[in-house]
Amino acid sequence: MTQLALIIDLNVCVGCHACVTSCKEWNTSGSAGFMTDENPYSKDPTGTFFNRVQTYEIGEFPATETLHFPKSCLHCEDPPCVPVCPTGASYKRKEDGIVLVDYDKCIGCRYCSWACPYGVREIDETQKVMKKCTLCVDRIYDEELPESERKPACVLACPTSARLFGDVHDSESDVSVTIREEGGYQLMPEWGTKPANHYLPRRKTRMNIHEDELQRADNPLKKEERGPSAPVDAPTLDDSTSW
Amino acid sequence: MHPAFSVIFLTTLIGAGQGLFLALITGQSYAAVQLLPSQDSTQFYGNGAAIVMLFLIGGLIASFFHLGRPERAWRAASQWRTSWLSREVIVLPALMFLVFVYGVMHYFEWDTVLFTTKEGAKLQVTLVVGIIGALATFLLFLCTGMIYGCLKFLQEWHSPLTVINYTLLGTASGFVLATAFANHNAPELMRFFGIWATIITIAAFITRSASLIRNSRIKAKSTMQTALGVRHNKIQQKAMGFMGGSVNTRDFFHHASAILFKSMKWVFIVLVFIVPVIVIWYGITEANTTVLLTAFVIQYIGLIAERWFFFAQANHPQNLYYQTI
Repeated sequence: MTQLALIIDLNVCVGCHACVTSCKEWNTSGSAGFMTDENPYSKDPTGTFFNRVQTYEIGEFPATETLHFPKSCLHCEDPPCVPVCPTGASYKRKEDGIVLVDYDKCIGCRYCSWACPYGVREIDETQKVMKKCTLCVDRIYDEELPESERKPACVLACPTSARLFGDVHDSESDVSVTIREEGGYQLMPEWGTKPANHYLPRRKTRMNIHEDELQRADNPLKKEERGPSAPVDAPTLDDSTSW
Repeated sequence: MHPAFSVIFLTTLIGAGQGLFLALITGQSYAAVQLLPSQDSTQFYGNGAAIVMLFLIGGLIASFFHLGRPERAWRAASQWRTSWLSREVIVLPALMFLVFVYGVMHYFEWDTVLFTTKEGAKLQVTLVVGIIGALATFLLFLCTGMIYGCLKFLQEWHSPLTVINYTLLGTASGFVLATAFANHNAPELMRFFGIWATIITIAAFITRSASLIRNSRIKAKSTMQTALGVRHNKIQQKAMGFMGGSVNTRDFFHHASAILFKSMKWVFIVLVFIVPVIVIWYGITEANTTVLLTAFVIQYIGLIAERWFFFAQANHPQNLYYQTI
């Protein structure tokens, strides 16, 4: 079985929003129709996006760290949004595990967005149907494109390669190896949704050797050296003790 | 969650309709075993069923305002195996059909007696239809409640109390309406319905209070730490990725002031439970239809507040990701 997914490396994400804009650009020009943008250049702009980049501050000043956090549909292996759909418009593809919405069947009741704990489903206020990340399903299988470009738009756009794309069910795939070796984790594991997308934590390279350990006290090379001795003019035991 | 008026009206209107229908069936069942005087088919049951239909149709119309694409609503009946919403979409029209059949049979007095016991108890065809309808009514309460109760992340809703409250609150408002209706069309049943209305209202008060107490002590399972997967006690959102708002900020927050939110709880406790019980008691002693109808209207307004609070109180875990612009 295949489960396509994204791996997002929080260690290298710089929060540039390139994935957000390229996602919007690709998906608003697709055959499924545009993605609404209301008042894009005036007061209260609002619209539908599949992908958002958020920013968090961890810790308390001055010991703070900034976390840029891209968030899109996690393509859960046990998606809670699918069984609640009354029309069957929301479904999970058997062949590659992508969770999709059939825009021709959706009645826009918003129930699936209530059932998603991650808030990644956004209703299109113009077309009145629920929309969400498709993992660029209209791109990744397109044989017109060179093979290197058969990846989601966000992955191609990321300037720091913070986004990886692949099959997380294949234990030897790049993404599986990365999850295994770099500590990939899932969001809100408490709900048992088993998100397919994984995040890689912020990792720092720190030296775990104490300064003392840099000089080895019992170095065998020093075994034959003369031991420490007192200066020549220092008083000896004979000077201070009356036998 | 954002309290959508379409859903508030849907649940309160069909609740009152279902309650009134249960009241009619209760009355007819008691009459069948001669515990209550039997009523005129056309005047009482026929007209009563017509009022039930009005409430159910009102609720159905309200529900369409919730849909982005109402013209495709028929598709919603397809996923009954997994979706409580789909089940409701099937049970509601089924109940409407049964109420319609029940009303028409009564109105035209097509009421064959199937058999009579030695003691004189009669089983009429309409009662059989009515009892099937009553089962459908309870099924509809179950579906409506489970739409909310099945969402495990909405911890305020994920409890059997949700279904119990929908059932009892709907039934209470229907019985209050039945009291006013009986006072007008079947005065000898007024006291019977009035006492049941009071009992059910008090029962609903107990279960609704239980859910308020439960919800006030809920500990959220999802936290900033699990939402981001970062192990630090102090995490603060600095940007949600956009500045003009989105569905995530509009649909999942009630946007009411803290004072309005808090006061709404007391408003509904007073309007749904305390005032109606007093007004019903006064209406029964005076045998005054206007007073009894006032009790229903007050309780109905209270139920709108109750439903508003029900939605506003539910805190969706996605809100963790949308705390600040």
